[in-house]
Amino acid sequence: MDFSQQISQYLLSGLATGAIYALIGLGFAIIYNSTGIINFAQGEFVMLGGMFGVYFHTIHNFNLVVALLLAVACAAISGVVFERLAIRPLRKATPLGLVIITIGGSILVRGIAMLVWGKDTHALPTFSGDEPITLAGATLLPQHLWIFALTVLLIAVNKLFFQFTITGKALRACAVNQRAAGLVGIDVRRMVMFSFLLASGMGALAGIIIAPLTMTSYDVGIMLGLKGFCAAIIGGMSNGIGTVLGGLILGVLEALGAGLISSGYKDAVTFIILLLILFLRPQGLFSRGDSERV
Amino acid sequence: MKIRFVRQMGLLLALSLSAGMVFAAEPLKVGALFSVTGPPSFLGEPERNTAQMVVDDINKAGGIKGRPIELVVYDTTGDPTKAVQLATKLIKDDKVVAIIGPSTTGETMAVKPVTEKEQIPLISCAAGTKIADPVNPCTFKTAQNDTLAVERIYEHLKKRKIDKVAILSVSDGFGASGREQLKAQAVKFGITLVVDDTFGPKDTDMTAQLTKIRGSEAQAIICWGTNPGPALVAKNARQLGIKLPLFMSHGVSSKKFIELAGEAAEGIILPTGRVIVADQLPEKDPQKKALMTYVMNYKQRYGVEGDHFGGHAWDAVMLLKKAFEQGADTPATIREQLEKISGFAGIGGVFSFSGTDHCGLTKDAFVLVEIKNKDWVLVD
Repeated sequence: MDFSQQISQYLLSGLATGAIYALIGLGFAIIYNSTGIINFAQGEFVMLGGMFGVYFHTIHNFNLVVALLLAVACAAISGVVFERLAIRPLRKATPLGLVIITIGGSILVRGIAMLVWGKDTHALPTFSGDEPITLAGATLLPQHLWIFALTVLLIAVNKLFFQFTITGKALRACAVNQRAAGLVGIDVRRMVMFSFLLASGMGALAGIIIAPLTMTSYDVGIMLGLKGFCAAIIGGMSNGIGTVLGGLILGVLEALGAGLISSGYKDAVTFIILLLILFLRPQGLFSRGDSERV
Repeated sequence: MKIRFVRQMGLLLALSLSAGMVFAAEPLKVGALFSVTGPPSFLGEPERNTAQMVVDDINKAGGIKGRPIELVVYDTTGDPTKAVQLATKLIKDDKVVAIIGPSTTGETMAVKPVTEKEQIPLISCAAGTKIADPVNPCTFKTAQNDTLAVERIYEHLKKRKIDKVAILSVSDGFGASGREQLKAQAVKFGITLVVDDTFGPKDTDMTAQLTKIRGSEAQAIICWGTNPGPALVAKNARQLGIKLPLFMSHGVSSKKFIELAGEAAEGIILPTGRVIVADQLPEKDPQKKALMTYVMNYKQRYGVEGDHFGGHAWDAVMLLKKAFEQGADTPATIREQLEKISGFAGIGGVFSFSGTDHCGLTKDAFVLVEIKNKDWVLVD
């Protein structure tokens, strides 16, 4: 097996992992763009998606599709409850205060998950079998194709939603200037709740899609959340292509780092990239940066 | 009248004293540190259940020379820092005469200095060779050394004429210990390690490392870790179409591994204690009786079959029982008596301790099994 085949395998695995990071990063971006909050509990919604999926499918023996829909619904409801209890009561919260609250919230959600479901790792069956597919000298699983397909679908839906629907435009208006949006009759608080609903639903979907590959347990949210955050930062917190590209780049660099340099440094690669971006280009690789008109 | 009163009082006194005599038997306090919750809960929970079961059975049969065993169990959640705190608590507050556990190598290495300083005998249920090597007077272990597991695998590889091997280990205490042994014993069996890679316990994708292995000259892969990592390695290997024989360590010898790895578990070979294939052993195996009794009792009480890890706790309690039966009841005497135990047929193997051997087992403590049709099958 020659070097080029190895590289193409690293690339393909990296793209697959990157698509997952991209999905999680989109969740961060949506909430940030609608509310200005960085929701560090996003990783926990991903975990909830996977765990609810296991709960409904393995313990209650629902059909996989039904379990998926129920899990997304439950996670989305949890997102709304989270927003109601943790974010809405704050009248004059500073951004820092909100960040700390979301971190605290994530610990709470993780703790509840641990008490309810235990600390065991659980596996979900893959959606369409385990037979590997060969592509340009590298192998993929059908589940990876599902991940790519879902990412593409979600970007398309997102784009259409934010561009062409009233609610989407209202959400974008809130992102630009909350006060002004309120003045033109947009219910800002409703929009905040809606963005949480959207982000947690998407996160949950991501969680279920990857659970057959990576197995899920109560604490997968920490690392996944951080890496998704990194993807969103690289992409400049954009609602679309930017974050997706950020995720893909991150995944590929991680895979190449693990394969070519050393596997022990896999996580280090992610965080070094995050630090570099924050130091050198905090607005992300793909956005033009904010400017204020005076 | 007065004499009658005195006699009555005397009788009463005598009766109360003798009654007191029946209940005055002081319990033998034994401490236990298990990771009942946490990532190593697959070790700690069966160990705690087994220890409880054995102690209850001993007490029901009248205890040891009339003295009941009092088991004080603390959950370390797999955290070495917590384990040290709880060990100190057991020694200072609960005043135990011996401690069984902890469940993992990492925790044991952290607790060892504490128990050795306080001269309290520690019977660990973890596998790392470093625990009993170099030998410390107070530290014993019941789980088979990873040295022995490595020997078993290498022997098998030599028989199959495989000499180029890739190793993939977890970057935690158990994996690091196994990796050390794999490297140390390779030369003896004429094996070259062509790839020596690691992965983190929480990693979700090992395709990068396996791709490197696929591109190397390796003729077999040995993966050393505890769940869930090795299950992912098995799945990733299958995804990449790697057809090389895959070996695992005894860290995955529980049904959970088969559950997590699914189809990818088929054909994997690993060393394990005899308990998971107890029903496939020949009748003349010295451990068969203890094994079958353990498996059935555990199943009766807890609904699932007793496994390899619970067995470590069974051995620890029974070894203590033997020491107690010889009259030991202080830390120093218990330690002495433990060292004298020889030929004890337990769950993990046949134990023979000595002044220089606090592990007590040879490589016969392991058998090789292959996973076929989601179940274990003995290999030659």
